[in-house]
Amino acid sequence: MEAALGLLRRMPPKQSETALSALLSLLPQHSSDLLSQVDLPLQVLRDAESRKDFILCEYNRDADSYRSPWSNKYHPPLEDALYPSSELRKLEVEANDIFAIYRDQYYEGGISSVYMWEEDDNEGFVACFLIKKDGSKSGHGRRGCLEEGAWDAIHVIQVGPEEEEMAQYCLTSTIMLSLTTDDEPSGKFGLSGSIRRQMKMELAVAEGHLCNMGRMIEELEGKLRNSLDQVYFGKTREMVCTLRPPAEIVQMRLPDS
Amino acid sequence: MADEEDESPETELSYDQKKEIAKWFLLNAPAGEINYVAKDLKAVLSDEEVYNEAAMEAFPVYNKSHMICIGRVIVSSYSEITENEYLDPRTAQVAIVDHVKQICTNVRPADDEELPSSYIEEFRCALDAEIQRYVSESYPKGVSAVNCVKGKDADGPGSNFEFVVIITAMKLSPQNFCNGSWRSVWNIDFQDESQVLDIKGKLQVGAHYFEEGNVELDAKKEFQDSTIFQSADDCGIAIANIIRHHETEYLAALEVAYSKLPDNTFKDLRRKLPVTRTLFPWQNTLQFSLTREVEKELGLGK
Repeated sequence: MEAALGLLRRMPPKQSETALSALLSLLPQHSSDLLSQVDLPLQVLRDAESRKDFILCEYNRDADSYRSPWSNKYHPPLEDALYPSSELRKLEVEANDIFAIYRDQYYEGGISSVYMWEEDDNEGFVACFLIKKDGSKSGHGRRGCLEEGAWDAIHVIQVGPEEEEMAQYCLTSTIMLSLTTDDEPSGKFGLSGSIRRQMKMELAVAEGHLCNMGRMIEELEGKLRNSLDQVYFGKTREMVCTLRPPAEIVQMRLPDS
Repeated sequence: MADEEDESPETELSYDQKKEIAKWFLLNAPAGEINYVAKDLKAVLSDEEVYNEAAMEAFPVYNKSHMICIGRVIVSSYSEITENEYLDPRTAQVAIVDHVKQICTNVRPADDEELPSSYIEEFRCALDAEIQRYVSESYPKGVSAVNCVKGKDADGPGSNFEFVVIITAMKLSPQNFCNGSWRSVWNIDFQDESQVLDIKGKLQVGAHYFEEGNVELDAKKEFQDSTIFQSADDCGIAIANIIRHHETEYLAALEVAYSKLPDNTFKDLRRKLPVTRTLFPWQNTLQFSLTREVEKELGLGK
């Protein structure tokens, strides 16, 4: 299993779907482990009734149907399906509305969905906030920089039961992204990758769960974006300069030799 | 990955299917990482026979496409004599290699038929020397080779011939979770009738950083240029200058692409902050209802 994860970490990020399905066919006995530990680019379905798209994931799936957060209906329709309680559904509706605005502020487009469900063993619940953005010129890329661009964010928060007006929040965020520019001077330039982090906080429930969850997501998303940009992409840039140092450095060496 | 039969709910993959999957993993390993991939793959497959056969088929293709250096020869389709024999024109020797182990098992002098004529060799050698000088100046870990891929038996002026210049550099730091490679392939077509050298270049740069994450750079560019057919020495200098010029420009362009990332390119995916330049006001629910009205009015969203 460790070897399987090792393989996934080395395969080009853009090929992660092919790599995962190859591993699933080689190791069917580990399929539930593999599926839960590996994230793939998010898929989307149309909710014709609400005239909106919604994101598919394990958390809104029952059998082969997926529940839309807008209409709360399964696509394709399913009998005896799982639904959140009416109270939780209220929170879910509000979360979807607010998160859509958050999404628009940061992503200037894209699709978002929020799903919530009760945990069996305790009185807490789990919420999953998803965002999918196509930043390419033909998609929602405002500046037309990208030939191809995809950002998939998956935030899963476990919210513990309320105790003395406080609650525990455990957030696991995964970002998958890929971008390609195709310009005259630099040719085809492509960066892609994925990163996952966790954040735990104990917060007062006074302003409501949504507020707490929202702030945590905003903070961690920001950190991950910066990390991807500065650390991760920065390291690849460093590597290019190591392979072939820019001309100025080379010229400085000449007087010595 | 379709299953062959539908006899049982969980059909076993056939030998060939497993082999194709194994080959796919090996061929897609980033530069310098095929042995790590091989190790993990063996564990996942737990079938030595399938692995060995897949390795025998995949390693040569991988080694040639990454143009790895085994012994002192660059293994590539341009220097290939047979699948296991590769020519080093500089020393007129042929290295016999074991692809899977990525080592040189033997060296023999090249036969006359494997080498270019002395007329061609004059041009090849001059160019090789200039390229070597350029590479040692610009690439801390670079190696180069010049192979004649067409017309190597021409014994005097009046014929066309073609060289391929290969420049490769690899930096492997697995302990720092970072590996990278640079590959340049330049085709130089010497055209006797027009007395012109047609030059076509393909550059490919890759980098992989995987500490608590997984990020890959994949950059490519193609070039076209030309120069006049001169003496062997002058051709060598002219070609090397053209290559140096384009590669330096490309590197600068890559730097520009990287510097535009944080404030421009990345923004098309996700901004650093909203247009308001403040964090999102989560606690203000009333404001949301207003915002929603405004958004509807402006016709924002899809």
